[in-house]
Amino acid sequence: MSGSEHPDHLWRNPDPKRSYDVVIVGGGGHGLSTAYYLARNHGITNVAVLERGWLAGGNMARNTTVIRSNYLWDESAAIYEHSMKLWETLAEDLDYDILFSQRGVLNLTHSLHDTREAHRRVYANRLNGIDAEWLTPEEIKEFCPIVNLSPDLRYPVMGASLQRRGGIAKHDYVAWAFARQADAFGVDLVQNCEVTGFDLDGGRVTGVQTSRGPIAAGKVALCAAGHSTVLAAMVGLDLPIQSHPLQALVSELLEPALNCVVLSNAVHVYVSQAHKGELVMGAGIDPFISYAQRGSPHIIEYQLAAAVELFPIFSRAHVVRTWGGIVDVSPDASPIVGLTPIENLFVNCGWGTGGFKATPASGWVYAHTIARGEPHPLNAPFSLDRFARGALIDEHGAAAVAH
Amino acid sequence: MTRLASGGRIDRSRPLRFTFDALPHTGFAGDTLASALLANGVRVVSQSVTYGRLRGIFSAGVEEPNALVQVGGGTGSEPMLRATQVELYDGLVAESLNARGRLSPEPDVARYDKLFAHCDVLVVGGGSTGLAAALAAGKAGARVILADEQAEVGGTFLGGRDLIDGRPATDWLAEVATDLAALPEVRVLSRATAVGYYDQNCVLIAQRRTAHLGPAAPAAMARQRLWQVRAKQVVLATGAHERPMVFAENDRPGIMLAGAVRTYVNRYGVVPGHRAVIFTNNDSAYACAIDLDDAGLDVPAVVDVRPNPAGGWPDRVRERGIEVLAGQVVSDTAGGNRGLESVWAGQRIDCDLLCVSGGFNPAVHLFIQSQGRLRYDEILACFVPDEAPQAVAVAGAANGTFGLRDCIQEGLAAGAAAASAVGFGDGHPAGAPQVETVAEHPIVPFWLVPDESGATQFVDLERDVTVADVRRAVGAGMQSVEHVKRYTTIGTGSDQGKTAGINSAAIVGALLGQPVAAIGTTTFRPPYVPVSFALFAGRTRGQLFDPARVTPIHPWHVAHGAVFENVGQWKRPWYFPHDGETMEQAVLRECRAVREGVAAMDVSTLGKIDIQGTDALRFLNRIYTNAYDTLAVGHCRYGLMCKADGMVFDDGVVMHVGPDRYLATTTSGGAAAVLDWMEEWLQTEWPDFRVRLTSVSDQWATVAVAGPRSREVLRALAPAMAADAVSFPFMAIREGMVAGIPARVCRISFSGELAFEINVASWYGLRLWEAVMAAGEPFGITPYGTEAMHVLRAEKGYAIIGQDTDGTVTPQDLGMSWVVSKKKDFIGRRSHRRADTARPDRMHLVGLLPVEPEDLLPEGAQLILEPRQEPPVAIVGHVTSSYRSAALGRTFALALVKGGRDRMASQVYAPLPDRLHPATVTEPIFYDKEGLVRDG
Ligand SMILES: Cc1cc2nc3c(=O)[nH]c(=O)nc-3n(C[C@H](O)[C@H](O)[C@H](O)COP(=O)(O)OP(=O)(O)OC[C@H]3O[C@@H](n4cnc5c(N)ncnc54)[C@H](O)[C@@H]3O)c2cc1C
Repeated sequence: MSGSEHPDHLWRNPDPKRSYDVVIVGGGGHGLSTAYYLARNHGITNVAVLERGWLAGGNMARNTTVIRSNYLWDESAAIYEHSMKLWETLAEDLDYDILFSQRGVLNLTHSLHDTREAHRRVYANRLNGIDAEWLTPEEIKEFCPIVNLSPDLRYPVMGASLQRRGGIAKHDYVAWAFARQADAFGVDLVQNCEVTGFDLDGGRVTGVQTSRGPIAAGKVALCAAGHSTVLAAMVGLDLPIQSHPLQALVSELLEPALNCVVLSNAVHVYVSQAHKGELVMGAGIDPFISYAQRGSPHIIEYQLAAAVELFPIFSRAHVVRTWGGIVDVSPDASPIVGLTPIENLFVNCGWGTGGFKATPASGWVYAHTIARGEPHPLNAPFSLDRFARGALIDEHGAAAVAH
Repeated sequence: MTRLASGGRIDRSRPLRFTFDALPHTGFAGDTLASALLANGVRVVSQSVTYGRLRGIFSAGVEEPNALVQVGGGTGSEPMLRATQVELYDGLVAESLNARGRLSPEPDVARYDKLFAHCDVLVVGGGSTGLAAALAAGKAGARVILADEQAEVGGTFLGGRDLIDGRPATDWLAEVATDLAALPEVRVLSRATAVGYYDQNCVLIAQRRTAHLGPAAPAAMARQRLWQVRAKQVVLATGAHERPMVFAENDRPGIMLAGAVRTYVNRYGVVPGHRAVIFTNNDSAYACAIDLDDAGLDVPAVVDVRPNPAGGWPDRVRERGIEVLAGQVVSDTAGGNRGLESVWAGQRIDCDLLCVSGGFNPAVHLFIQSQGRLRYDEILACFVPDEAPQAVAVAGAANGTFGLRDCIQEGLAAGAAAASAVGFGDGHPAGAPQVETVAEHPIVPFWLVPDESGATQFVDLERDVTVADVRRAVGAGMQSVEHVKRYTTIGTGSDQGKTAGINSAAIVGALLGQPVAAIGTTTFRPPYVPVSFALFAGRTRGQLFDPARVTPIHPWHVAHGAVFENVGQWKRPWYFPHDGETMEQAVLRECRAVREGVAAMDVSTLGKIDIQGTDALRFLNRIYTNAYDTLAVGHCRYGLMCKADGMVFDDGVVMHVGPDRYLATTTSGGAAAVLDWMEEWLQTEWPDFRVRLTSVSDQWATVAVAGPRSREVLRALAPAMAADAVSFPFMAIREGMVAGIPARVCRISFSGELAFEINVASWYGLRLWEAVMAAGEPFGITPYGTEAMHVLRAEKGYAIIGQDTDGTVTPQDLGMSWVVSKKKDFIGRRSHRRADTARPDRMHLVGLLPVEPEDLLPEGAQLILEPRQEPPVAIVGHVTSSYRSAALGRTFALALVKGGRDRMASQVYAPLPDRLHPATVTEPIFYDKEGLVRDG
């Protein structure tokens, strides 16, 4: 299973050139897919992705890989469904087995309130052309037999929404697949290169300062997830983003036990079993604001309590590793993708706890925005100025599902 | 049998029977499963995860990559335990695994508990260093916790043969243990592994309490315990892990770490082979040669990569006639299905045991978790602790100090220093005992035996990863160990790569032409060893998952057959069915009682916040959208609050109960969030306000008495309280005796009927309720639940925050501009003026009347305008509340509809799986539009 499933060549490790047409700051999944689509869809290849650490070592390497498109609001449904369609052909497009598996995503409900909101989402999804079903407890039993349906649960399972096309993919492989193709187009992927400042000329950005020297840029595209506020502050831009730790964990390898992705908001945990056999799970953010990639133990304790409640069979599995990423949470829990008040500076952030699934679409629309200097119709509603206008796309209201 | 006739810390008088892969074996008390298997000549213990290669026991501790077993029997089996750490008990049943566990479907009935502890000095690791540290800190008077992962303290030197003060080290150990036991402030935890090191010196310790007892475990005892220790100072004395060197065919059963072999011989009286070769780059493995020689094994050679190993250890070995092959390496091995048969070290040497030592890696895992930094020590050839941001000291082997004498000294010093740092003692440790030392010949770093033949060389045994895999990763462009880890899976196994990590870094370094120091390690993360889900979950399961809150009146509801609904943490009566009634019938009956007679509801669950202080009024004016300046003492007012984005967040009633004192109610589920919100503003934005907030939700019990005849019931209960409409007007508060209980009565109504809410201290709650029911009996008083309440309020068009709103709805959207002040500032006000928030075609709360009066629209149904469309279909809104109404004699609903107030009398459709359901848009008020009933 090791090494041999990957291609022989992934990327060069070039030193940065003095200047590029486009500099992308942040070599996570979104930065890499942006670079790829800039080259593929728009023919722009004189591009550098600057990554302060190792490529895709931020949230891209830390997320729990839940992919779904069953979002409530029309604007969200449109962009996440575009992403889902891209996922469905991504392995061929990128010529890389990214282990995309549409095994179904179940969202359990545990109260009348949950149930009402889940129905609302199911009905909305269907009108938006997104597959969505409501499962009764009996149907859950058939679909995912190990879910605890006992009425004695503190918050008994009342039903679930199901998106069969939802699932998981292997995060690292997705990043490497984008990186490899971007590299093949001639994009420079520059690692250990931290952006420390911006060069401005009037109201226009002209380049960046980095730990590997100054680099001139026609356009600069921020793509730094949890560190977006830090970068934006360097040009005096105050982004409406709070950065929080989000933790996740894995078990040892286990024989197949869980055949789909299960999320629960009320008994808060979400879990899937990865291809090799480890259970992968996460829950809510740590409530404090932080840029340190670690959280508090009680978050882990609570999420495992939820896991064992919902899946008594997990009781004697073991946690092998826990970790944290830094997620960029916007006031309406929706992303910010578009122009900034500074000319030639673009921003892509605010994906919070759920941006992995958006990796292809985010790159697709961001590349369009950078190339054309105006948003793609899919990201037009996600502009930065919506907070000033009040046109929020609130995905963490009552029907909220994180991740 | 390979058990020695004597020696070791096992009890030969207590044989224990066990099975491994269904074959019966016998071991002794004091054995681990691994030592017992070796003693029974079991050499193959697993097959590898990818290639299915035979594997044997490799180590004697937590770092074990091969001997992963399923231990079963009793209440279900546990996957992926390390045989090196499973203590043997009579009747143990174990099965081999291929590095992949099985989840037992049998329920885990064991208990797991948690304990929180504080101490001055936490010492992690009870080897020589840790014992010395605990002793020094304890003697200085500090409160000490010493946690050690093994069944008995002593650590590595239980597996050695050192002398302390001229006597076996175990004598010293026994003395120290006695000394520690005599110190009242010292607590020694055994079978307790520190697994996580968090901020503010918070250390998680997982303790195994009953697994070693097997079926004899007392049922009442928690199987494991999770300690959360806050220590002022931490001393990490976590020792070091021996690392192998990497060579061709290095994974055969019979190839073991040299230190582990010593442990099996000295601690368990087991010789894991008959003819042993040593392969080393340092002196430590020479002791292994001597131990094996003494145990009667053939030791044909020590293969030492160093060109001229000389001095104490090599000389002693040579003196015994054991050949030292200097400057040689083991470059290949051969074997069969029982494992190793020979090695190649410039010559073929027959052997069934190869003891390997590539040096030691300090166990810095917890130190890294504490955010400490490492530095590479060229002389010791390992990463050692460097800067530490927390109050932590690392001592002994964990600090790269490898000799026993130095470890004890360093432990004593660290313990004394830690105690003195928190005010105990002068920091000067007692003198260390005498330990014989032998001058060492320095280690020569050596990682990988070059191989041209293309033979398999394993780097990570648990994950089955080879040097070729690493080469491939680097060849593909990867330069970071983190990338190589993910590409090859090195270090991602349940052993967290304890024997693989540094070797992998060194190999990456070699391929890139960089020193291992430049490559570094991957980041170690909690837990240090695997911890069961159940232990993390602890007692937070079943009904304790989230304690249920019930009101003082709850027993009455239960006795009267209420069906309950979870509302936040509360259990609330949903409805009270009579015999043979359906829910629908019961709810219609309860609604009718409110509208036509009198009914009572337990509303004690409403959140209640006591607000006091000279700035209380100012505070309320900012928190709520409406103003409170004109609210006189003895009156109450409905209030709505928004978040900064202008969206409705919660609502309730604010009572002015005295000078500078208010009591605000919140929704039942929202109480904690509202208090949090208020505190956040008070503490971070308005710290100058003199306001104090206290949650009093549980201190008051409240009974709502509603219906045209509620006044008569109140009169019967409180004859002295003037209850007529003039003396006791709507939104007034009266204090007085109700049913002989001091009470506060408010005339407020959520049902739209004449109603009184009677508040009493919660311990009178049940008595009040019973009195209300008794006084109401002549009027046919009916208890009602949340469902009837929801119907009644919907008939009046009162929104339920969280049901008819979802964080995207402004007060204006709800048609509640009347509760939004135009004059003063409040949270959310600025947002109301934003272009989009002020748009006229936002979602408005409207009423819906299904065209067919019996058609009950499901809540959550989406609404569209045009019947025939293909997806994506334009959505204009959704149904938020939907009921059958007794008063209306039909169904009705509330909905949020785009520009709804401009669509009155027009038609919308709910596309449901069966068909389209048409409905007419109406005002969101269906009953008593003029409010005559309520004000009567
Ligand atoms: C524990 C966890 C679980 C998650 N689970 C899911 C899930 O199940 N499903 C889902 O859809 N989403 C999930 N997410 C969210 C998802 O991971 C993120 O939304 C997404 O990865 C963010 O985009 P990215 O990949 O570009 O971010 P990142 O990978 O974080 O990329 C940002 C990059 O910017 C770099 N950078 C920062 N500052 C600078 C600088 N000054 N100079 C140069 N480079 C810089 C960083 O080093 C980093 O590599 C989860 C996140 C976490 C943390």
